[in-house]
Amino acid sequence: MNLHLHDDKIKFLEIKANHIRESIIRALVRAGSGHTAGPLGMADIFSYLYFHGLRHDPKNPGWPDRDRLVLSNGHICPVLYSAMAHSGYFEVSEFETTLRKFGSIFQGHPHRDFLPAVESSSGPLGSGLSKATGMALAERIDHGKSSSKFFFCLMSDGELDAGNSWEGALLAGKEKLHNLIAIIDRNNIQIDGFTEDILPLEPLADKWKAFGWHVQQIDGHNFSDIHSAIGEAQAVFDAPSVIIARTIPGKGVKEFERKVEWHGKSPNKEEAAMALKELRTLGGKITSEHE
Amino acid sequence: MLIKSQKISPKFFTEKVEMLPVRKGFGEGLLIAGESDERIVGLCADLTESTQMHLFRNKFPHRFVQIGVAEQNLATVASGMSAMGKIPFISSYAMFSPGRNWEQIRTTICYNNRPVKIAGSHAGVSVGPDGGTHQAIEDIAIMRVLPRMVVIVPCDSIQARKATIALAKTDLPTYLRLAREKTAVLTTDKSPFKIGKAEILWEGKKPKVAIIACGPMVVNALLAAKELMKKKIEVIVVNNHTIKPLDEKTIIAVAKKTGRVITIEEHQRAGGMGSSIAELLAEKFPVPMEIMGVQDRFGQSGTPDELIEYYGLGVNSIIEKVQKIIAR
Repeated sequence: MNLHLHDDKIKFLEIKANHIRESIIRALVRAGSGHTAGPLGMADIFSYLYFHGLRHDPKNPGWPDRDRLVLSNGHICPVLYSAMAHSGYFEVSEFETTLRKFGSIFQGHPHRDFLPAVESSSGPLGSGLSKATGMALAERIDHGKSSSKFFFCLMSDGELDAGNSWEGALLAGKEKLHNLIAIIDRNNIQIDGFTEDILPLEPLADKWKAFGWHVQQIDGHNFSDIHSAIGEAQAVFDAPSVIIARTIPGKGVKEFERKVEWHGKSPNKEEAAMALKELRTLGGKITSEHE
Repeated sequence: MLIKSQKISPKFFTEKVEMLPVRKGFGEGLLIAGESDERIVGLCADLTESTQMHLFRNKFPHRFVQIGVAEQNLATVASGMSAMGKIPFISSYAMFSPGRNWEQIRTTICYNNRPVKIAGSHAGVSVGPDGGTHQAIEDIAIMRVLPRMVVIVPCDSIQARKATIALAKTDLPTYLRLAREKTAVLTTDKSPFKIGKAEILWEGKKPKVAIIACGPMVVNALLAAKELMKKKIEVIVVNNHTIKPLDEKTIIAVAKKTGRVITIEEHQRAGGMGSSIAELLAEKFPVPMEIMGVQDRFGQSGTPDELIEYYGLGVNSIIEKVQKIIAR
């Protein structure tokens, strides 16, 4: 992968991230419930993956040679749905109008029965890394170490409280699964408060190193950082990689940023209107082009 | 009388009866299934010989994953492997898998619709000296409530081998419950076995009670039937190895024929095989019923025979229960 990300590409990814965020807000306000902070905080990384980093084909979701993306913390699925919709898997309007509603393909937490294009039905925390580990192990049995497929596991920091997460980390480290890349949304919040108050995770990078992982820490809102970290992770051959992405929960809407209370609730109409205006004008830096 | 088409071992009612652990049949079956289907992989949580998965590991080391003592990982890694087209068999003691990893089985296997095959060994109080922590007597209940899950409890080693081979060919998540101890081998290579088909092994003339059993309790049910015949009490004995999907047709037929049903299993009375039959008969053909199982207690150390007697699952207990239900 080219280590340098062109400025035009960065601008393109930023615009896509903004579209992803706008749709998240529109969908959440109609849904009337759901998580806001996590999806907004991860919009840049999802924009990068779905519009640049991930090898996939939205018109052929079952393409056998695709990279696999396992969303472990299923509760941030609005960002997954939004990125998938904007990259062409399904209609953006359907996501924005039916999230969490009866009969919708966009269940409150992802479910393959309703939406086969998602790689994994998830919700209960702590099991995604093991699923991605299993996928990478199966790939190694079939294609050995020369496989060029990558297995991304998107996970939260809060779910590192769960023992299952570390069971997966131990096994992947033992098996030196070079094509496994975990990306941790290090936003420092979980439902009951700040992660370091609930159950401290630091020194987090040292923990992963001790488990045999290649560790990088990045700014999760900087596309050049995201790009070079994933490029480096893909070049590592003797270990699985973890990217600890420091993100701001609620990123893009000042009133939501860094506020624990926005972890698990959705905006009302006024809050959504305010958030959309702020997103459209990039916080007042530009004039809104549309309502 | 034994039903001829069941091809029960001629040694069964003799002193020469062969004794083999049920789990051994799983190990043999997995090896056979693995030879004919490259997609089959084996995962074990540090109990490879104990669950007999070592036969598969020795033959196919590159298709075996040692998970370590991490049963939640056992289930979730298997889910991931099946997402890539593998057919994973996972083994441990039933107390730990599906005991410890139930939510992972529910979400990452059943809810995700991944055809992972769970083998839980050391089920029932007959585990013996290890004591109550290692005697799974709740596993049927927690597995049969899961949508999509197939639940099989083979009666002996040969049936366990056939069940393993058959389960490998299904595209559903499955649970295979295995006993640790040497168990009388009553079926033969020629005995019929089909997932979802209960087998009538014994039927007297004008039978008054149907005894429906699973696992090694089928042995006790047959021994009881023979003793009862001497007392001129005729019964039917059903080997109900498939608890889900239940063979409703056969079970309703024997309930109609006898008018009385006794179930027996090495499991809590609550939620097990007997409960599943009670659910069926309560709706479709209610008859007087007795559910034999462990009565809301934990297991303990002892010899298998001592424990089976203590928990009221021995041959004499069945005979008493048959006499009781006829007198009801």
